[in-house]
Amino acid sequence: MNKREKEPLLHIVKRDTLPWYRAWGIRAIAIVAALLLCALITAVCTGQNPLEVYATMLSGAFGSPRRVWILLQNLAILLCISLAVTPAFKMRFWNIGAEGQVLAGGLAAAACMICLADKLPNALLLVVIAVAGVLAGAIWAVIPALFKAKWNTNETLFTLMMNYVATQLVAFFIIIWEVPKGSGKVGIINQSTEIGWLPQIGSYKYLLNILIVAVLTVLVYIYLNYSKHGYEISVVGESERTARYVGIKVEKVIIRTMLLSGALCGVAGVLLVSGTDHTITTTIAGGQGFTAVMVSWLAKFNPLSMIFTSLLLVFLNRGALEISTVFGFNQSFADILSGIIIFFIIGCEFFISYRVSFRKPARKAGGAEHV
Amino acid sequence: MKKYVAMLLALVMVFALCACGSKTDDAGSADADFKVGFICLHDENSTYDKNFIDAAKAACANLGLSEDQYIIKTGIPEGQECYNAAAELVDAGCSVVFADSFGHEDFMIQAAKEFPDVQFCHATGTRAHTEGLSNYHNAFASIYEGRYLAGVAAGLKLNEMIAAGDFTADEAKMGYVGAFTYAEVISGYTAFFLGARSVCPTVTMDVTFTGSWYDEALEKEGANKLIDGGCKLISQHADSMGAPTACETRGIPNVSYNGSTESACPNTFIVSSRIDWTPYYEMVIKAVMDGNTASLESDWTGTLATGSVVLTDVNEKAAAAGTADKIAEVKAALEDGSLHVFDTAVFTVDSKTLDSYMADVDTDANFEGDTEAIADGYFHESEFRSAPYFDLQIDGIQMLDTNFG
Repeated sequence: MNKREKEPLLHIVKRDTLPWYRAWGIRAIAIVAALLLCALITAVCTGQNPLEVYATMLSGAFGSPRRVWILLQNLAILLCISLAVTPAFKMRFWNIGAEGQVLAGGLAAAACMICLADKLPNALLLVVIAVAGVLAGAIWAVIPALFKAKWNTNETLFTLMMNYVATQLVAFFIIIWEVPKGSGKVGIINQSTEIGWLPQIGSYKYLLNILIVAVLTVLVYIYLNYSKHGYEISVVGESERTARYVGIKVEKVIIRTMLLSGALCGVAGVLLVSGTDHTITTTIAGGQGFTAVMVSWLAKFNPLSMIFTSLLLVFLNRGALEISTVFGFNQSFADILSGIIIFFIIGCEFFISYRVSFRKPARKAGGAEHV
Repeated sequence: MKKYVAMLLALVMVFALCACGSKTDDAGSADADFKVGFICLHDENSTYDKNFIDAAKAACANLGLSEDQYIIKTGIPEGQECYNAAAELVDAGCSVVFADSFGHEDFMIQAAKEFPDVQFCHATGTRAHTEGLSNYHNAFASIYEGRYLAGVAAGLKLNEMIAAGDFTADEAKMGYVGAFTYAEVISGYTAFFLGARSVCPTVTMDVTFTGSWYDEALEKEGANKLIDGGCKLISQHADSMGAPTACETRGIPNVSYNGSTESACPNTFIVSSRIDWTPYYEMVIKAVMDGNTASLESDWTGTLATGSVVLTDVNEKAAAAGTADKIAEVKAALEDGSLHVFDTAVFTVDSKTLDSYMADVDTDANFEGDTEAIADGYFHESEFRSAPYFDLQIDGIQMLDTNFG
């Protein structure tokens, strides 16, 4: 063994699972690094004091009881959609159609609010709205699932395309329902009668939404971790062949899981249309169907961790809005800051799963055995 | 392990510093507590919102408000976010809140019901005069008068081109790129057309709709389609630079909207009409400052006289000779009431002169005419409510398509 082997400067080695405090330590370093870079960019580009900018972000998200409620409401909706996509992702079914499924659910809810307003008692109407919204979301999700199960079509493209179909469908119905004619907007549905609006708990406008999503979070956690269905989802996700070998009907699991995924998106649509906005627009989901993908992945498909990852994204969003108001920045600057922070947070997951070791001078390879 | 503790401490210190930074309360003068809030759909990259933001800043400066006394929230969608933004502005101490986009209206009304001590003013809306809320107001301007004046400039330009032998009088056709087939747009292009026809009697006009308030590609395509169809001059009612730049490329004269496009289109820009919101903002803010909110009308229409309807300077390079003088003359006639834009003697519908028309002034579910709009020989636009309701399709204007959104 006289021949000297050329050793690369960097080694990338898969780590064993890190203890929780080290994993969180790495995440903390990432956040600090992101904040420092943002501070530098803020100082250079705008001449503002970065600490003031950060303080404004905090106050924009948490500065008053109302802001906390808005934050929690936005968190609830994003979390609900994230919960919805998670079972599918865990099964390695790339459902990026949450946006369309939410729209389908919202459209069904709006249709009931508009068309059945004076035909049913309000309590019954609310039940119809909930059922219709959940069903519409589920149907929107199960169509690609059926195609996947029967003909193995590509679910990524299929669910993505279904988003556009849903958007156009909503645009079509807006023209039918618009007030006044030609204006391109539906406006608040049943504003004077409040028919078909989800009830408000006391003086807390958003409390019901938040409670519903809190319950859903726990249920999805239990479903994924402690139920037979949840186990089957994990097995199908790990290896379809193994699943077949142990006698799991893969097609059935795919269809069942997507029904659940779509139904939860439908819940988000109902909460948006009947719970808070009381209107329908093509942008009511606001891209959260895609943000949810990030929330779910960052949390490693754990519904409880998703509370924190969705909190982070909602916080960045609310904070960004506030800094553009206070400092008169345009929206793009806030997006740059959010982008940097999210980039670092996603990037640091690499360093949690892998270790980078440098070539040690005058020593043979093997340093990697130290930990 | 020590490393991580140190790291954690560092993190805590960063946030602690942030928290310190937020305490920058400053003591001000007696009415330094007075605050105004503005809600805008987009930021100043949209010509529509820029027009509002500029007016907001100008009005606050004219009234001596400091920069801490007004808050402009940009990028607020037409949904629950608008209500949230309004409520946050109230929390921040605003005594009056303005919103600029049509779709904000329902959410402003929701906020107005919840905060009766705060004034809510909504530009371009239609519901204040029927809603019966003392703290909710609509405003618009008689922009059709501005468009009529801009139309006069267009007609003079056509006359000049006819005289120069570019085309015959019978070929004088204008093109118009509109957003939606909706009263605000119909009222605007009809006024523009009547202005042009008042000086160039043989003119006709084609109209096409994009189905969007801001779509640069579609607006450009629409303008090109009109030019290919034989239109000799283009105007538009949408918010992007699509139509003006198409005209500049093709060398076709353009009458613009929302502000001057002269810098981008130096050879083809003739004149532009726009609404100046400064007088309205000033009037409302002043009334609220003086505690005189009872004086605020539920529905206010700005006019040429209030300085709400304005024209940019005429671009002498592109406009016909004598345009500015003619505009001044017609403007004076509009202001003294001797001239009405929608005079029933100058237009026909299906070859008939109108003596009665029920306009849909009240926004309700049945979209039916509810108010007689024609009296004394002219259509009373923007009198029964500020937002336009003239939606007649008059002879001489050909709609190439329709788009109801």
